[in-house]
Amino acid sequence: MWRRGIGIFLFLIFAISGCSSGKVDSKPTISVWHWMTDRDAAFQELARKYEALAGVKVNFELYAPSDAYSQKIRAAAQGINLPDVFGILGEKRDFASFIKAGHILDITPYMEADNGNWKNKFFIKALAVNEFTSGNSYGIKAGFYGVPIDIMTIQMVYNKKLFSRLGLNPNWPPKTFQEFLDIGVKIKAAGMQGLVSGWGEVWMIDCLANNYAFNIMGKDKVLATIRGDIPYTDPDWIRVLSIFKQMQDSGVLAQGLVTMINKSAEQLFANEKAVFAFNGSWCVNVYKGMNPNLEYGAMLPPEASNQYPIAIWGGAGSSFMVNVRSKNKEDAVKFLIWLTDQDQQVYLAQATNNLPANKNSLTKIPEILAQFARGMDYATHPNVWGVSEFSLVIEAFDRGIQSIIIGEKSPEQVASDVQKIKEREMAKKRAR
Amino acid sequence: MKIKETFENYTFVLPAVMIFSIFYIIPFIWVFQLGLFEWDGISFTKVFVGLDNFKEIFLQDKNWWQSIWNASYITLIALTFQNILAFMLAWACDREIRMKNFYRVIFFIPPVLSEVVVGMAWRFIINDIDGANIINRMLIGMGFGNLAHNWLSDPNTALTTVALVHCWKGFGWGFLIFLAGLQTIPRELYEAARVDGASAWQSFKKITIPLMIPVVVLVAILTVLGTMQVFVLIVSLVGGEFAGHTSVPVLRILASMRGSSRFGYACAQGITFGMVLIAISFIQYRFSKKGH
Repeated sequence: MWRRGIGIFLFLIFAISGCSSGKVDSKPTISVWHWMTDRDAAFQELARKYEALAGVKVNFELYAPSDAYSQKIRAAAQGINLPDVFGILGEKRDFASFIKAGHILDITPYMEADNGNWKNKFFIKALAVNEFTSGNSYGIKAGFYGVPIDIMTIQMVYNKKLFSRLGLNPNWPPKTFQEFLDIGVKIKAAGMQGLVSGWGEVWMIDCLANNYAFNIMGKDKVLATIRGDIPYTDPDWIRVLSIFKQMQDSGVLAQGLVTMINKSAEQLFANEKAVFAFNGSWCVNVYKGMNPNLEYGAMLPPEASNQYPIAIWGGAGSSFMVNVRSKNKEDAVKFLIWLTDQDQQVYLAQATNNLPANKNSLTKIPEILAQFARGMDYATHPNVWGVSEFSLVIEAFDRGIQSIIIGEKSPEQVASDVQKIKEREMAKKRAR
Repeated sequence: MKIKETFENYTFVLPAVMIFSIFYIIPFIWVFQLGLFEWDGISFTKVFVGLDNFKEIFLQDKNWWQSIWNASYITLIALTFQNILAFMLAWACDREIRMKNFYRVIFFIPPVLSEVVVGMAWRFIINDIDGANIINRMLIGMGFGNLAHNWLSDPNTALTTVALVHCWKGFGWGFLIFLAGLQTIPRELYEAARVDGASAWQSFKKITIPLMIPVVVLVAILTVLGTMQVFVLIVSLVGGEFAGHTSVPVLRILASMRGSSRFGYACAQGITFGMVLIAISFIQYRFSKKGH
């Protein structure tokens, strides 16, 4: 009998303690979802600092790889269970879809408060990626919808040791496209590998092609093409496509480039097996991990024309958005303001070798990162153009460049194929 | 009494029916339904487009049909080369040979390896600049230097190379199933045939092959279903679709979802792909029934 009594007593104790909420915590916990494996440790450290400072716990939850993260965010958006703060991987149209579906807080009032105190801390181009200007083609109310936490530029890097071995000045990277092609001939003769990049994953091909499109025909003509006013069969576009054929013919491209994944390209460059690489500023951290003694410099893609300046892709590297439905959104914004403050940005830059989004934090970064940062003057990004190309057109364009590199199609054939798809997609759009 | 028994019986199958409905039937219906809409995967609103997605797949999407063709090519190589190899090795291991258990273990290692690992390993073996270039070195060593080239970046050899690596990875499953099938054939049949003066080839032709037909059909169906859906190996070997030369249906579906944010179209592609697989499996089944 007494055993049963003790049993009931214990059951009641556990039941009551299980039902109670334990310690009543008045401070909220902010949950942040991200995909950045290289920055997770730094984020955790910053979360600890913020909790000590503000008493607000921040849970950084890492979901990698980025593809899996991307799907998780979409699934969470459908289920209306997004975290307080999250990042979006995708194109501007995906960003716009999230806003249209009512998932993202318009942070313009916070940015503009105190005479734009928060807004003015950032590089303008970093903010532009998170901004929708008035009359944008996505139909989004003008304003800022994301907070850049770092910036990036995608440029070329060259190996200084291999440059010396080729009899070139290691402090004088090629400025013109012809100089670049001439180096290709030397690389071929020396039996070395030239440019490596993740061109098997295609988007980086698109990036370099766009760089040269801006250089050869200027921004206005590129945007006019996207709007459908200029065909891809225009001689300037054929010239852009011919750039890839010229590179292939000169020997400046590494063998097997069209099936190369970026991780392999990074390994090859870090192990001093390739003279050039086309990569984003995140590569500084990657190369440091693979070969701390690597001597290299960053350079802009060599100009193919002197009519317009070369443009490179750059701007916000990673951004965070605040969930409009979150009950902690005010605290989330406060945390993001703190995260993008000078000290935290310096810490992030030093710990992760990424470029800070806060322009006042640039003073304490290594020289190679500073070289990438200087590229911001030439930076542009499809997400700030206000118009976006049909994804099927982009795909046909990138696959076409792969075909040119392997000698399967001529630039003219690719231009014609791309234009056909462009016309089909435009007709479809008009019919809707 | 009978009603009670019936009710009890239904109660027992209810959990299984519920799980099957939730995880198979409802998603299938939902995928089919989504195939009739234009949807970006984020918005709460979807635009009904009827059969437009299917029309586009059948009439305009050349990339899709190229991917089906590529997957069929890999499947054809797997059905022939991979399964013949698996059958021959299983037949050899079924006989009294030395170290047969060792071979059984060795042959079953590739299937249990991750496709990413296999892809990376073979990329290292095949590629010359970011790998050890072993294949080309062997060719040069054997006096076939003119054949040495970049196997994965040549449009003429990329798909076949992918197919052969897939066969290497997959033959262990076939081997195991064939071996299990061979072991069910009564030994007395072979002994009786030997007494009657049948040669080894005649025993193989008249006993082994006829009795193994159901197993062959099973392996063939599994090979088709497994190979048509290959994509991880391709991504780790060549990084993606390589100007369409290594494009396969699952990569196209992923491209529609991730690259273009066309979830409705991706669902329509999924349905079409499912229909293609069902049709192939049905044809195989009918043929095997006829042959049997």
